[in-house]
Amino acid sequence: MTDLSASTVADNLARARRISESTARRRRLQLLMPALIVIGIFGLFPLTITATYSFLSPGTYGGVRWEFSTDAYVQFLFQRDIFDDTLSFSDSYLRIIGRSVGLAFVTTIGALILGFPTAYFIASKPPNQRNLWLFLITLPFWTNLLIRTYAILLIIRDEGLINFALVGSGLRSTPLNILYTDPAVFIGLIYSYLPFMVLPLYASLEKLDFKLVEAAYDLYATRLQVLRRVIIPLARPGIVAGCILVFIPGLGAYITPTLLGGGKKLMMGNMIAEQFGASRNWPFGSAAALILMTVVMLALVVYVRNSGQGGRRHG
Amino acid sequence: MPPERNRTETGQPGQGKAVMVRADGVTKTFGRGASMVTALDRVSLSINENEFLTLLGPSGCGKTTLLRLIAGFELPDAGQILLDGQEIGHLPPYQRPVNTVFQSYALFPHMSVARNIGFGLEMQGRPASEVAQTTARMLALVRMEDMADRRTDQLSGGQQQRVALARALAPHPKVLLLDEPLSALDLKLRKNMQIELKRLQNETGITFIFVTHDQEEALTMSDRIAVMSAGRILQVGTPKEIYHRPSSRFVADFIGDINIFAATLEKTGPDGATVTLPGGGKAVAQVHAAGVVPGPVSVAIRPEDMHLTAAEDKSAAIRGRIGNVVYFGSGNNVHVTLADGTEVIVRSNEAGAVDSPVGIAFSPGKLQVLED
Ligand SMILES: Nc1ncnc2c1ncn2[C@@H]1O[C@H](COP(=O)(O)OP(=O)(O)OP(=O)(O)O)[C@@H](O)[C@H]1O
Ligand SMILES: [Mg+2]
Repeated sequence: MTDLSASTVADNLARARRISESTARRRRLQLLMPALIVIGIFGLFPLTITATYSFLSPGTYGGVRWEFSTDAYVQFLFQRDIFDDTLSFSDSYLRIIGRSVGLAFVTTIGALILGFPTAYFIASKPPNQRNLWLFLITLPFWTNLLIRTYAILLIIRDEGLINFALVGSGLRSTPLNILYTDPAVFIGLIYSYLPFMVLPLYASLEKLDFKLVEAAYDLYATRLQVLRRVIIPLARPGIVAGCILVFIPGLGAYITPTLLGGGKKLMMGNMIAEQFGASRNWPFGSAAALILMTVVMLALVVYVRNSGQGGRRHG
Repeated sequence: MPPERNRTETGQPGQGKAVMVRADGVTKTFGRGASMVTALDRVSLSINENEFLTLLGPSGCGKTTLLRLIAGFELPDAGQILLDGQEIGHLPPYQRPVNTVFQSYALFPHMSVARNIGFGLEMQGRPASEVAQTTARMLALVRMEDMADRRTDQLSGGQQQRVALARALAPHPKVLLLDEPLSALDLKLRKNMQIELKRLQNETGITFIFVTHDQEEALTMSDRIAVMSAGRILQVGTPKEIYHRPSSRFVADFIGDINIFAATLEKTGPDGATVTLPGGGKAVAQVHAAGVVPGPVSVAIRPEDMHLTAAEDKSAAIRGRIGNVVYFGSGNNVHVTLADGTEVIVRSNEAGAVDSPVGIAFSPGKLQVLED
């Protein structure tokens, strides 16, 4: 009798716990719902349209004709001869991907090199001064990207501030041609995305216990060794996040390469935009966008997996 | 009460032993202008080879600052720091054969216990085989062999403490600095670690400079104690000297319970000074400070150096009425109020009735004249 009632009590308890667990799970899901709805409407829905369009045929004046076709993907790798319709391999779009990846990569490295000391500097300030520095870092966001990019354009163009100073001071006889070159795009991208690097770096450096740095110095580590063996491993989550946040928008950047690169040499962003504009090839634009997305996702998976292992190894 | 120990009574360094660390007129200030703090004020101190020296003092008196100067995390404004006869005041921490055990342990969270312990040797560029060997020896020394591959955040406080100790000992520094390494531990663990620390110091032969503001810890562990206050060193001596012959009122007050009262010094003689106590009684007091002249002085005596007598007993030096009696396990602290209102605490096994008159007799040679 007592046994029976005891087991009933236990059963009831277990049931109650199950119920409360599932309630808790439902609660957590409810927290996620608003974000899921937004992503669903504004993320998945356009993505579905893009994916669909990429398998249709281009309309003459833009838009699509509802005829199934894989031409858009074929066009990405092959060139169709206008006269005899034969396909020959063409790497011109692969090159654009390569250029974009390369520039985004260089931008990421550049932002890391500039951003790390900056973040470290802010993190080593007394807490009451840090907010001011962070505020200054985010200050450029107060102005529209387009306007900021125009400002850079005005500074680096042949008649701009830099060349005015260079020529005026007699350091150069002719203006230094920066505008509409790759370095111009590089400068513009670094400037635009630096805060995305600094903020996550700061977030992880700020948590760094400075005593650990002292402990490493105390144990005969030189400055460089302290950086390599203690600070960088502990700042790894911030480095990973910062690199992702700079690399991805850098890869699809549109405004900066258009204005500062002069659109002479295309990057992915410009190329895709062009398909929806002047080239009037929406399916190809859609396909290129999806290919870019796939490249980003693959790169991300590889990157996060590698650095994730590092993170686990290092705790 | 400090345990009896077989060690020399002198506070002077260098009876046959080499001086390992010497601070010479070291001054360190922080901040500028109105907010300037003098953390160390012309501190001079010598620490012998293989000595266990404790820096003892209230919060903010400059103990950590002195350690940080020896370790090289701060540079002195004035004065010299010598290690084994060489000036090291200007060297960066990684060039000083001195290691620190931090109060917060500061173990590297991204490395295993073994990697933590081997870090110093690795940075010194020792061969991998030596690093592995020494690490294994250190793990055994602190009895953590089973934990070599653990992450440091999976350790208990006491275990972390031992890893920090092993990490600092592994490169075999000339001097080990310990900044309140036991303060985060509970009482029982703390007692064990105190014994462990002494054992490690004996086994390794390394000079230990230990910071605490726990006076009992200082008394039980140290070869010598340096008592600090407001950036200065007030007295350096063996635990016995510090406890039984405090030179100043601050030192007397800071270490253990002590009764201090006003008295008048009549004359000094070969056996000590004759003083007139509150209530008119006379007693002989020890004088350790130089330059004490007849007139008003402070005298001090520990509660355990007195006993209660009958009020009319001739041996009583002072008389009063019993106030509170506080039981504390191995005896009572009997609070006695003298006629002039001074409260005196006497350690006693028996306790008289509250408000009854008593006499208090002093054990011979225990009453001290203090330097103010
Ligand atoms: N970096 C610093 N900047 C400004 N003032 C400091 C700094 N470090 C220490 N001080 C000041 O110097 C004095 C001595 O500090 P220190 O840390 O040496 O004291 P301590 O004896 O170790 O105290 P505690 O027992 O509380 O650890 C204090 O008044 C402290 O406020
Ligand atoms: Mg301190």
